[in-house]
Amino acid sequence: MDLTHSPADEAFRAEVRAWLGAHVPSVPLPSLETEEGFAAHRAWEAELAADRWSVVSWPAAYGGRDADIVRWLVFEEEYYAAGAPGRVTQNGINLLAPSLFEHGTPRQRARVLPSMATGEVVWAQAWSEPEAGSDLASLTSRAVRAEGGWLLSGQKTWSSRAAFADRAFGLFRSDPDTPKPHQGLTYLMFGLRAPGVTVRPIGRLDGKPAFAEIFLDEVFVPDEDVIGEPGQGWRIAMSTAGDERGLRLRSPGRFLAAADRLFALWRSRDSPAWAADRVADALIGARAYQLFAYAHASRLLDGGSIGPEASLNKVFWSEYDIALHETALDLLGQEGETADTDWSEGYVFSLAGPIYAGTNEIQRDIVAERLLGLPKGRR
Amino acid sequence: MRFLLDAEQRAFAGSLDAMLTAADTPSVVRDWSRGEHGSGRALWSRVAEAGVFALAVPAAHAGLGPLPVELAVGFVELGRHAVPGPLAETVAAAALLAELADPGPAERLLPALLSGEASATLALDGSYALDGDAATVRLALTAGGLRLAPGHGPVRACLDPARRLTPLTAGGELLSTAPPVEHALTWARLATAAQALGVGLTLLDRTVAHVRRRTQFGVPVGSFQAVKHRLADARTALEFARPLLFGAALTMAPADVAAAKVTACEAAYATARAALQLHGAIGYTAEYDLSLWLARARALRTAWGGPAECRAAVLSGRAARP
Ligand SMILES: Cc1cc2nc3c(=O)[nH]c(=O)nc-3n(C[C@H](O)[C@H](O)[C@H](O)COP(=O)(O)OP(=O)(O)OC[C@H]3O[C@@H](n4cnc5c(N)ncnc54)[C@H](O)[C@@H]3O)c2cc1C
Repeated sequence: MDLTHSPADEAFRAEVRAWLGAHVPSVPLPSLETEEGFAAHRAWEAELAADRWSVVSWPAAYGGRDADIVRWLVFEEEYYAAGAPGRVTQNGINLLAPSLFEHGTPRQRARVLPSMATGEVVWAQAWSEPEAGSDLASLTSRAVRAEGGWLLSGQKTWSSRAAFADRAFGLFRSDPDTPKPHQGLTYLMFGLRAPGVTVRPIGRLDGKPAFAEIFLDEVFVPDEDVIGEPGQGWRIAMSTAGDERGLRLRSPGRFLAAADRLFALWRSRDSPAWAADRVADALIGARAYQLFAYAHASRLLDGGSIGPEASLNKVFWSEYDIALHETALDLLGQEGETADTDWSEGYVFSLAGPIYAGTNEIQRDIVAERLLGLPKGRR
Repeated sequence: MRFLLDAEQRAFAGSLDAMLTAADTPSVVRDWSRGEHGSGRALWSRVAEAGVFALAVPAAHAGLGPLPVELAVGFVELGRHAVPGPLAETVAAAALLAELADPGPAERLLPALLSGEASATLALDGSYALDGDAATVRLALTAGGLRLAPGHGPVRACLDPARRLTPLTAGGELLSTAPPVEHALTWARLATAAQALGVGLTLLDRTVAHVRRRTQFGVPVGSFQAVKHRLADARTALEFARPLLFGAALTMAPADVAAAKVTACEAAYATARAALQLHGAIGYTAEYDLSLWLARARALRTAWGGPAECRAAVLSGRAARP
C-alpha cells in the first residue's frame, strides 16, 4: 500500500503544471452558461487541444496522451489547483466518448472524437424527457425506420448546454411493442441545428440558460449515427452512466482546490470559530474523496471495475459540494448574495448535484440493493 | 501509487477475524463489564500472539514495526468484534516507551506488553485511564513528564459497561521528563479510528441482517425506502472513512490521523444511531448483543480527542502548509 507517485507520474505532473502556469487565463472566463462564456470556453478547449491536454486519457491517435487513471487524477489535481476554466466539453468527453470507445465503430470514432477533443463540436446529452426523469426507461421519443436511417420525433429536456451546443446523443424508442420498457431503445447522435430540431433554452435558478429542451419533428439521422446495435440502447447508455457517476464526472482535484480556496477565504476573514468545524470538514472531505479515488484507481489498474460503488461516489461528492459552498456563502455574508462570483456560480451549480446524473434517492436505492443486498421495494 | 491492502495484509485481517469469531467476544465483553477479567486476559494473549501490540514498536525494541497500516488493519478487526480492554492505550504506551530517550523503561516494560503478559493504560494529565483496574502498567502523562502510576482510584461505571474508567494515583516513578506526547497521541488516535471503523462496520452488518429478517406490513422492513436510505448513508460514511484511515496510517501526520479519527468516529456513531433506530425496541436492550457495539461507538467518539479537537488539529495541519 503506498501513496507516492512514480517518478514518471511526477514528471507528468510537472509538465502539466508548467503548461497550465503558462496558459491558464489570468482573468477568469465568463460563466460557461452564457453565450459569451460558452464561446470563450470553446476557445480555451482549442488551446488545450493544441498541446494535447484536452483529453489526456484518450489514445494519442484521437488527440490524447494515453494517460492511465492515476495520471488522469494527477492531471485533474493540477488543472483545478491552477484555477483553470470549467470544461464545456464534459458531457461529450465523459459520456459519449466512453460509449464510442466501447461500442462505436472505428469510422464513428474517427468522425466524432477529434472535433470533440478540440471543442469544435460541443455535445449535449439528450436523455431526459418531460415524463421520463428518474424512470428514464419510460421515455417515449421515437426513432422510426426510414431509407438509410431513422426519423426522430418527440421531446427531450434538461439538456445541459444544449442552448449553445452543436450536436446531441440520446435514447429513442425504436420498437414500441417490447414487453419491457428498457427494450427496443436505440442510442443515436443528431445535430442540434438539423432540419426539424427546435431548441428552447431554459433558465436555471439564477436565470442563466444552462440547459434546454429539444423538440424533434421527423429529424433524419443516417444509420452511421446509431451507436451500437439498434434496440440495444439501454445497455449501451447504462454502461456509460456508471462512468458519469463514478470518477470521471467529478474528479477529486476539483474539490481539493475548492477546499483550499475555502480555507483561504476562512483565514482571510480572521478564521471565525463558528465556521471552523465546517471548514475542517471541507478539508477532510476533499482528502477522503481523493483517497477513495486512489483506491478505486488502484483497483481499476489491477483489472477490477467500479460497478455500483459509483453510487457511493455520487452521493458523497454532491452532498459535499453543497456543504462546501454553503460554508463559503455564509462566510461571505452579504457578499455571498451577489451573483457572478466564483462562489455564487459554484453554489448554484452545486445545488443541482443531487439531482442530475441520477438523483441521490436513486443512488441510495442502488447502494442499498446492490451493495447492501436489501430487498427491492416498490418503484 | 497502489492504494490497496496487499494479500498479506488481507490475510492478517482474515486470521484475526477467524480467531475473534471463534472466541465468542460478546461473552468476553460481558465478563469484562462485570470486572471479571479472566476471559478477557485469555483473549488478550491471543491478540498479542497475533502480533498486534508489536506493530507500533520498532525492531530495536523487539517489535515488528512501526507498521501503522497493519495496526489499522488489526484494530478494524478488534472493533468489528468489540474486543474489550485498553487496546489503543497499550499500543500508544508501547509506542511511547519505545521512543523515550532513556531506553531503560522500554527494556523493562516492553517485553511483557508485546507478549501480552501485561497490558497498559495511558492517561493524559487530569483525564481518566481506561481499565486502570485491569491494566498492569499504568502510565500517567503529566506536566512534569511521564510517570508510572502506583495505583488507581475508584472504578467509574460507564455508558459502555465494558469501558471502566479510573483516575490514576498521583506520584510514582518518573520515567521521562520529556516524553514524546504527540507520538503517543497519534498512535492512540490511529488505533481508535480503526476500532471505530470496525465498530461501525459491524453495526451496519448486523442491522442489514436484521432488516432483511424482520417483517412488518407483510414485507421485510429492509424493503422500505426510508430504511434503505438510512443504511445507504451509513455505508457511504463508513466507506469514505476507510481511505482516510489507511491514508493516515501511511503518512502518520498528526493532522491526517486526526481527520481519520473524527471521520471514522462520526461515521460509526451515525451508523450506531441508524442501527438503534432500525432495530426498534430490541436495539434498546442491554440483553441484545447490538448494545455492545452501540455503546462502544459512543465512547470511542470522545476517546483520545473528540470531534472538535480533531477538527482543530486538521486546521492547524493545513495552516502549516504553504
Ligand atoms: C442542472 C441539471 C442538468 C441536467 N442535465 C441533463 C442533461 O444534460 N441531459 C439529460 O438528459 N438530463 C439532464 N438533467 C436531468 C436529470 O437527469 C433529471 O433531472 C433526473 O434524472 C431526475 O429526473 P426529474 O428531474 O424528472 O425528477 P423526477 O424523476 O420527477 O423526481 C422527482 C423527485 O422524486 C424522487 N424520486 C423519483 N423516483 C423515485 C424513487 N423511485 N424513489 C425515491 N425517490 C424518487 C427523485 O429522487 C426526486 O427527488 C439535468 C438536470 C439538472 C438539474
